[in-house]
Amino acid sequence: MTAPARPADRITPALWLTGGLVFAFIYLPLAVVIVYAFHDSPIIAWPLRLGTLHWFADLARDRGMLEAALASLKLALLAVVLALILGVPGAFLLDRYQFPGKTAFRRLVLLPLILPGIITGVSLLTFFSFIGLGLSSGFPLVPGWPVVLGHAAALTSVVITQVFARLQRLDRAQEEASQDLYANEWQTFRYITFPSIRTAVLGAGLLVFTLSLDEIAVTFFLIGRQNTLPLQIWGLLRRGITPEVNAAATVIFALSVAVIVVWARLVRDER
Amino acid sequence: MSLPAAPTLLDRIRARPRIRTAVAAALPVGFVTALLFVPYVLLLVHSFWRLRGGVITHEWTLDNYRRLFGTSLYPDTILFSAGVALRVTLCSLLLAYPLAYLLAFKVRRHKQLMYMAVIIPLWVSYLVRAYAWKIILGQSGILNGLLQSAGLVDQPLTFLLYSRWAVILALTHIYTPFTLMPIYAVLEAIPPALKEASADLYASRWQTFRRIVLPLSIPGVLAGCTFAFVLSMGDFLAPQLLGGNDSALMVSNLVWSLFGVAYNWPLGAAVSVVVLLLTVFLLWLANRVETAMNYGGEVAGAPDRRAVSVGGRGV
Repeated sequence: MTAPARPADRITPALWLTGGLVFAFIYLPLAVVIVYAFHDSPIIAWPLRLGTLHWFADLARDRGMLEAALASLKLALLAVVLALILGVPGAFLLDRYQFPGKTAFRRLVLLPLILPGIITGVSLLTFFSFIGLGLSSGFPLVPGWPVVLGHAAALTSVVITQVFARLQRLDRAQEEASQDLYANEWQTFRYITFPSIRTAVLGAGLLVFTLSLDEIAVTFFLIGRQNTLPLQIWGLLRRGITPEVNAAATVIFALSVAVIVVWARLVRDER
Repeated sequence: MSLPAAPTLLDRIRARPRIRTAVAAALPVGFVTALLFVPYVLLLVHSFWRLRGGVITHEWTLDNYRRLFGTSLYPDTILFSAGVALRVTLCSLLLAYPLAYLLAFKVRRHKQLMYMAVIIPLWVSYLVRAYAWKIILGQSGILNGLLQSAGLVDQPLTFLLYSRWAVILALTHIYTPFTLMPIYAVLEAIPPALKEASADLYASRWQTFRRIVLPLSIPGVLAGCTFAFVLSMGDFLAPQLLGGNDSALMVSNLVWSLFGVAYNWPLGAAVSVVVLLLTVFLLWLANRVETAMNYGGEVAGAPDRRAVSVGGRGV
């Protein structure tokens, strides 16, 4: 299946070089942040002096940071639960049902993915202020109901698109066969449909989890008195650059990569 | 397999497709209406309300829009942001296309892994990626350190950070993987047979690229560029971190301050509505261009448009 032999070209090596440079451009800044987490001086400057875990120790003692991390975890878990409860039926709705306003529903659901986060953020802010739901309501049980609902609203789209994509590829003949064999709808769902979308649902959940942990544009407008992790870091950044931020970034980076690797496996297994 | 029992309420609901649809729809549609549709509409409504003595009154007025378009301040800000976003889009496209091409056609081993490696930064702390540039470009940053130790400059360069260029650089860095995703998706979907046929017909590599690959990749390019433009125009954190005085010229920062310290929600809402309309217009335009160029999926192997349009953070 190879193309006929042609003279060696000079484009391919150039392409590899360009690709390599772009790759470096994407990763070098991240590498810089991580490497400077081990920098043995409170001032982030050249030259680099490697060899301290001091900043990680500082981080572990930083109460504001730990509380923010806890709030972020709670928020992300709630966002995942809500987004799944709403997103999975939403995906089925788009895949299998006809109803008036279906196109509008689909477009609306995609909006938070397409619009700049700030627009969704200020919209939700006007909404919660209008209905009089305080930004800190629900605290300390949750970081605040508005931010929980806001994350759910913005991230349900992710679940819907992911699960919908899987449903579209699903072989409906299996479901029909199941019904022909007198399985009721619940049984068909339980034994046929759900197993084939399970990894998509799990994957979407993990994706929502990482996106919620990192979300800042919507969170910015909806947060009450308890900061989330990105906002706490933002607060530190505004005061200047400190290696503690690098340590926090390194931890977040490692955790996100771990979650994404799990997600990628789930998605790949299904191919 | 249970025996059929007497019809329950649930069975009766099941038996009637219309009611069934309504029940299935109630939760997601209700939630999306309450927490997406109503808020977006409320934003629009706020933009027609009046601020009187620091209090939002529910009186209809066009004053916010008059103020918005009455002076050159707000239109200039929108144009400035669009300029920044346009530069970011072009840079991202120039960086993303070759890498997407490489991944789609040249990488053979660990292709999926390499693609994931490019995409991972998207899901890893946005703030970290913006902040990294502060370390690199700062007065005592890495770039200055390197330049000084190489003897190229005596004094640290101060213009690197806190300018629109730093913002453009950081946003390009942040949104290049975004741009890459839909381009990669369309390139991946091009059947190898098409390229082979072109080569069999004695087309040169350039001709194959120009006549086969490039036209087929346009939908992905459009999707990627729309994302990069819209998201960089709406970015308000990277400019605050890296933009210095220039950051005040970004429209998203205007929205941010109008909803924050300035506490003028109606005017802020009006600016947001303009940005929202601009976004919707761009999406419509991209869609029109795509249709006009006849990429409706008729070409064999043309990628599923839906898969592309969902290619944002979602996929």
